[in-house]
Amino acid sequence: MLYRDAINLALDHAMESDGRVVILGEDVGFYGGNYKVTDGLYSKYSERRVIDTPIAENSIVGTAIGMAMCGLRPVAEIMTANFSMLAMDQIVNNMAKLRYMSGGKIALPLVVRMPQGVGKQLAAQHSQSLEHMFASIPGLYVFCSSDSTSAYYTTLYAIKLDDPVILLEHVLLYPMDFEFREVKNFNPFNARVLREGEDVTIISYLKMTQDVLKACEWLERDGISCEVIDLLSLRPIDFEAIYSSVRKTKRLVLVYEAPKSLGFGAEVSARVSEELFYFLDAPPLRVAGEEVPIPYNRKLELASIPTPEKIYKQIREWGERHGL
Amino acid sequence: MSQSLAEKFYFYMKLGRELELRAKEEYMKGNIGGFLHLDIGQEAVSVGAVLGFGKGDLFCPYREHVLALARGMDPKLIMAELFGKVTGVSKGKGGSMHLYEPKLDFYGGNAIVGAHLSHAVGAAYARKLMGEKAGVLAIFGDGATNGGSFFEAINLAVVWKVPVLFLCENNFYAIGTRIDRVSAFRDTYMKAKDYMPYLQVDGMDVFQVYEAVQEAKKHIENYGSPFYIEALTYRYEGHSMADKGDYRSPKEIETYKKKDPIENLKAKAIKMGWLTENWIRTTDEAIERVIEEAVQFAISSSEPDLDELYKDIYCGVCSDVVS
Repeated sequence: MLYRDAINLALDHAMESDGRVVILGEDVGFYGGNYKVTDGLYSKYSERRVIDTPIAENSIVGTAIGMAMCGLRPVAEIMTANFSMLAMDQIVNNMAKLRYMSGGKIALPLVVRMPQGVGKQLAAQHSQSLEHMFASIPGLYVFCSSDSTSAYYTTLYAIKLDDPVILLEHVLLYPMDFEFREVKNFNPFNARVLREGEDVTIISYLKMTQDVLKACEWLERDGISCEVIDLLSLRPIDFEAIYSSVRKTKRLVLVYEAPKSLGFGAEVSARVSEELFYFLDAPPLRVAGEEVPIPYNRKLELASIPTPEKIYKQIREWGERHGL
Repeated sequence: MSQSLAEKFYFYMKLGRELELRAKEEYMKGNIGGFLHLDIGQEAVSVGAVLGFGKGDLFCPYREHVLALARGMDPKLIMAELFGKVTGVSKGKGGSMHLYEPKLDFYGGNAIVGAHLSHAVGAAYARKLMGEKAGVLAIFGDGATNGGSFFEAINLAVVWKVPVLFLCENNFYAIGTRIDRVSAFRDTYMKAKDYMPYLQVDGMDVFQVYEAVQEAKKHIENYGSPFYIEALTYRYEGHSMADKGDYRSPKEIETYKKKDPIENLKAKAIKMGWLTENWIRTTDEAIERVIEEAVQFAISSSEPDLDELYKDIYCGVCSDVVS
């Protein structure tokens, strides 16, 4: 099942089972969505529940907040995470805080979906990974998915949750085909162990998880046994799953597409250092994006982010320096 | 204009004025902290709008004490919130700028200028989808009409055809900056008049505000589409307690004080025989008692427990487990 179809199916199932679920965003209705995620829902559920909006991101989230305050369960689509910067007032100052500021009186069952990450030659204003901005805000949940199964279940879970959720998708995952597996009692707050191993724990999310899995095939061929953990939530992060894996492997690698500094890698390696300093056989390794705006030129673009080859190479070099 | 209406106007405007004068005093004593924005001088807009609108969701800016009172919020819960006590309407976590009570269809208290305008449009969309006819009232200052949130909201209200009454309290100042220095129009309705029908009223006259809002309410509910009212008003105090308001001449402030909405109402109502000196005295005494009770309630209430720090961030409840 294609990643985009899995999200479409989750939206369809949510709308079918609950009349309060509505979708809104730019081009989501009549046009079918710029990444075709909402294709077919407009004709099935009518323009009243699949609502086309102007290019006004702040008000897409703002009106969704008003809808959620007054009885609906809206799913807002922001065409790409880059454009969500125009909605940051509503996301950060309103969506994340209304429940707290009202002493718990306002509940916001609201999902804001958006794709992020480096596509193919989309240049700096269409190619960012901005998860750290959202994941640093108390009051939000930040979910993400790396394949069709996790995309379906995180989407459905986010819609059923009575709290505001930022749902991150990846532009390059949309057309990718993955085997769909049924999951009982799905819970995005639990990280997934996608591959069990003994020598090193590799943690990733979104598309980087797929690149990690590829790199692991080569690492295994070299005799390095990898444990791959896929995070479905970046706020909160399932630290217990990370600690329990690192206690076993004693080595930690973090792979993410965003610039290396001040983000996911810094947070997780700090936590692991605080909790498990004396368990570690090596300092944590961050394989991450360069500290640059993403360039248009394909050669430069690929040089700006991790690839399966780079993940493999950097883990090998680091391993050699630290007895792996 | 009936006697009972004049009594209601007087009661809420006077209650609002006295509650805020007392809040100012308590702020000076250090019992209230943070930002405290007083509505003093603008009560006719707040009371006329809320009473004129009647039923329906209310979305307000941060200068909302009198709006909340007119909607029926208990003065005790407001004062306790200003004191930051756990008995406050928002459990002491919101303060002056963040009073909420969904049971009264009162949705804040938003401290980001213009942010609540799109909430109002979304709320109206939700009500309409669920088959309810009641309109939504969005109140904001002139400062909001220069920002993108304002134009996005009025555009969407027209496109989605939802019953929102946009009510601008134009007091001519965005904190310390006079409107003509930052706005293309001194009359804010100029920015909405091509989108929807509008009225401009004297916001120092509660009758005018009330009647205009009633008419607008009928319009939005009959046609299911938005309406704009601009009420010209004036705040006597600074923007907040942190602002002396001395960028305005004493002469200018005096001019508006001569049009004081409460004094005006009193004079008119006595002349028309709607209110008597005796009723006013009794009511003033009653209000004094209500305010004193509210302050005593706030003083004697507890601070929130430390574990409240971590509560109310998430509901943490999934409507049902996905399986």
